[in-house]
Amino acid sequence: MNIVILGNGISGVTAARHLRKQSDHKITIVSSETDYFFSRTALMYIYMGHMRFKDTQPYEPEFWTKNRIDLKKAFINSIDFKQKHLIAKSGEKIEYDKLILALGSKSNKFGWPGQDLERVYGLYSYQDLEAMEKFSPGLNRATIVGGGLIGIEMAEMFHSRHIPVTILVREKNYWDNVLPIEESKMISRHIVEHGIDLRLESELKEILDDGTGKAENVITKSGDTIECRFVGLTAGVSPNVAFLKEGELEVQKGIVVNEYLETNIPNVYAIGDCAQQSNPRPGRRPIEAIWYTGRMMGETVAYNICGKKVAYDPGIWFNSAKFLDIEYQVYGTVLAHPPENHQSIYWEHPEGRRSIRIVYDNQTQEILGFNLMGQRYRHEVCEKWLRDKTPIETVLQNLSLANFDPEFYKEYEAEVISIYNKQSGKNLSLKKKRNLNSVFSFLRS
Amino acid sequence: MSQVNKSMSLANPMPPFTDTIQKLAAAVGAIGLLLLFVAWIGNTLQSGALLALSLVLISSGTIIYSWRAYAGIPEGIKNNGVWLNALTNKGLWGWISGIFITGFYVLLYWYPNLLGLGVDGAANSGLVGFFDPLSRMLSGNAASQWFVYGTLYTVAILIFGIKFILKYRHNKYQQVRTFSVMFFQLAFAFLIPEFMQSMNYPYYDFKNMWPLNYYFFFDWNLNGFLEAGNVGLLMLVSGLLMTFIISPILTFYYGKRWYCSWVCGCGGLAETAGDPFRHLSDKSLKAWKLERWMIHSVLVFATVMTVAVLYSYFNGTGDILITKPMFIGITLLLSAVVGFIVWKNKKRIAESGKNLPLIIGGVVGGIAILTLLAYFTGSFIVDGNLLRGWYGFLIGAAFSGVVGVGFYPLLGSRVWCRFGCPMAAILGLQQKFFSRFRITTNGGQCISCGNCSTYCEMGIDVRAYAQKGQNVVRASCVGCGICAAVCPRGVLRLENGSVDIAERTTELKTIHISADKIGIL
Ligand SMILES: Cc1cc2nc3c(=O)[nH]c(=O)nc-3n(C[C@H](O)[C@H](O)[C@H](O)COP(=O)(O)OP(=O)(O)OC[C@H]3O[C@@H](n4cnc5c(N)ncnc54)[C@H](O)[C@@H]3O)c2cc1C
Ligand code: SF4
Ligand code: SF4
Repeated sequence: MNIVILGNGISGVTAARHLRKQSDHKITIVSSETDYFFSRTALMYIYMGHMRFKDTQPYEPEFWTKNRIDLKKAFINSIDFKQKHLIAKSGEKIEYDKLILALGSKSNKFGWPGQDLERVYGLYSYQDLEAMEKFSPGLNRATIVGGGLIGIEMAEMFHSRHIPVTILVREKNYWDNVLPIEESKMISRHIVEHGIDLRLESELKEILDDGTGKAENVITKSGDTIECRFVGLTAGVSPNVAFLKEGELEVQKGIVVNEYLETNIPNVYAIGDCAQQSNPRPGRRPIEAIWYTGRMMGETVAYNICGKKVAYDPGIWFNSAKFLDIEYQVYGTVLAHPPENHQSIYWEHPEGRRSIRIVYDNQTQEILGFNLMGQRYRHEVCEKWLRDKTPIETVLQNLSLANFDPEFYKEYEAEVISIYNKQSGKNLSLKKKRNLNSVFSFLRS
Repeated sequence: MSQVNKSMSLANPMPPFTDTIQKLAAAVGAIGLLLLFVAWIGNTLQSGALLALSLVLISSGTIIYSWRAYAGIPEGIKNNGVWLNALTNKGLWGWISGIFITGFYVLLYWYPNLLGLGVDGAANSGLVGFFDPLSRMLSGNAASQWFVYGTLYTVAILIFGIKFILKYRHNKYQQVRTFSVMFFQLAFAFLIPEFMQSMNYPYYDFKNMWPLNYYFFFDWNLNGFLEAGNVGLLMLVSGLLMTFIISPILTFYYGKRWYCSWVCGCGGLAETAGDPFRHLSDKSLKAWKLERWMIHSVLVFATVMTVAVLYSYFNGTGDILITKPMFIGITLLLSAVVGFIVWKNKKRIAESGKNLPLIIGGVVGGIAILTLLAYFTGSFIVDGNLLRGWYGFLIGAAFSGVVGVGFYPLLGSRVWCRFGCPMAAILGLQQKFFSRFRITTNGGQCISCGNCSTYCEMGIDVRAYAQKGQNVVRASCVGCGICAAVCPRGVLRLENGSVDIAERTTELKTIHISADKIGIL
């Protein structure tokens, strides 16, 4: 069988690896962005000088030949689903028996005047990175439109080269549509602490033209003018499916797939950022444009193609990020605007760069989620508690099992418990110490 | 149009790359270095006060510079611009400093007279002479090139250690272990041996053990111990205990890190002065293959040489407790113990290389046979003295010194530890098969970014494990903890645990997918 994967991001490549593990089919990955798979999440580190582009590629070039995965660099203009081939820009046709679409996303643009000028870029592709690099020398200031996870990365990038940065954020506090208010305030403070010009409740009105088609200066809705010769658009991403919208493939916001990641056309699958679940699991969004879900879909689709039917199950929600120097991890459900029954235990370090939030249901006492800033928790332990709907008090008494900070770090679990004790009038204490053997016996129990 | 810059920050929004104080500090350090050069070339400065001044200037310059670099900004990972800087990206400054350090090592090992070492009883001059006052103060003797080297080495570990602690001021693990290497270098490698010498005891560094200390079993060293009475006996016994008892126990509990990144002087320099170059290590599969061949060959070389040298030692006459047959017996016994352990665990060992148990068994058996043969034929096939001459030249000097440190700015800071150190080879084998240590991967949180692999000074492709959710159990890992520190997603943790020693490597955790349906990835 001849399997073609369009897109060499994490989802396409994971699919290829698992297909190869289980089968001898011919596998071809087609993509136009780069010769080899690289980690998109590491784009910022190339610009900041932490790594070379080469270092962001998880596999050495020999890996692909050794595993008989053919790589083809081509831009695909259209797909003929009847004849079963892709049509490249060069006119070349690439045949397939089964096709996996792993097209990724593109940066959102909301029709702002000036959004298509030169020196206006999102941060998604390798080409975006090249543009940032090109316009950095002598840059007076960069203005970044939109908070969230990518905006802060772009800000950190310019900041690392001592280029002044302004971030325009519509919300009252950074990312407060996702983060609870305390964490959101912490991040806002931290951005300012770094000397970045963070403007909250501030929106882009238009990007001005310098007369030659290049962006120069930005005007906000409140009438401020920001002098800058680079504008970053980081107000989210959406599926990169424009060239498929007119055909027989069912496309809404993304390519619509069922739980087996099949599209409405037989032998055509869609995974990763570009896939839209027709029937997402409770509490989950139809499109989840993150690394981890892309990887899981890649694995799942490989099983389905190799004849083991497996429904896509993203499991218990988790995610992580880093806001400048503050690491962020979340497990389970932690909402910015929780309903009545979601009760929080929130501890924050006096220095304000570290916090632990534990959410539980105050009716059933079940654990609901963990939100961590500047503090590492162990994925498997949190996941098991969440899966087992463990009562909050059991979780608290064993909380040390979850601590994943390096050795010698101060542990704050006891302080979390004392906050709970204050809230509930109970008198709980830590039952276990942090210890790998106890973790094993818990996980295996 | 008016510039709007209503930065709400109190801190200076745009601190310059190097501020005035840093430039001054650099100048102060440079003057200190210049003093050393003048002393070396001009050959006239023979004053303890000037030496002290020079060392103080170098140290304070470095410390103030790093304090300014790290203290004024929020704590966190400080790798900005590492690959953009001509000193740390194998650029012009990298090459210049590489050549400079290498040249210094060549002079040190083979042309100490050019550094001013007095030949044939003549008084020292130049750089070595410059250090005479300090040496006299500590041990009562005139300086040697090794004293100069030891002093500069210790100063480097101390000042760059302070720099490292400032750089990682948010990371307690890094601080504690750096403080530890600074302490062991200053006390055990530098001061105690000097004081011992002043009391006419042999030079001995209590933390340095065979086979890194490859001359431990040399005749002159053993004789030195035996002539030094009770203290000498203490040295001998502690050396044997370290090698055969203490080290295996600690490595079982904590992995080789207890030595390689907490105690050892070579590791100490690599972790402090070498830190800016750690990312230059080669991460390719080819380099890993080369590493395994090289480091284990050096181990075999060191072992055969030691047995051969000892053999001729016990062959000679002298009032030694151990006779030749006893020595043969001990060698055979040790070989048998190692062979037995390998045989008992052959399945587990074979998992990381089908022929590995055979190779290890063959080498150990070979050494046993050589010893037996020697007993019956009266002499070792290989000449101990010849071997030791070559070992000292090739491994002791050229590899561990010239290449090991001189090439920091080109090959990374742990070239010796990774490709050459026989101690690391033994500890590594133990770490891989008989230790509670591993680096745990935190479930599915890895984003394959590559920071961990890039900053692993041992060239381990940590990401290859982390992205599969697999633990990192590698012979070469020195447990520096930098991979865990630089990981932006909190994926890695250095841990010890006893319940799963045998499955540390094999148990892959599920990244996702309802585990019961598919099993492991
Ligand atoms: C800066 C940045 C940081 C991020 N950080 C995180 C993070 O920390 N954690 C997290 O979970 N997620 C993060 N994400 C999101 C994550 O990177 C994406 O969800 C993930 O990379 C999507 O993978 P994918 O395989 O679906 O698509 P992609 O990686 O986008 O791959 C799609 C590929 O297909 C190619 N392609 C598309 N159409 C065509 C065509 N017509 N012809 C040829 N080639 C085509 C594209 O060029 C691209 O190379 C980040 C994203 C960005 C941009
Ligand atoms: S794997 Fe991590 S702890 Fe081990 S040597 Fe490499 S960076 Fe250090
Ligand atoms: S373990 Fe951490 S540093 Fe290494 S690749 Fe994964 S996310 Fe990056």
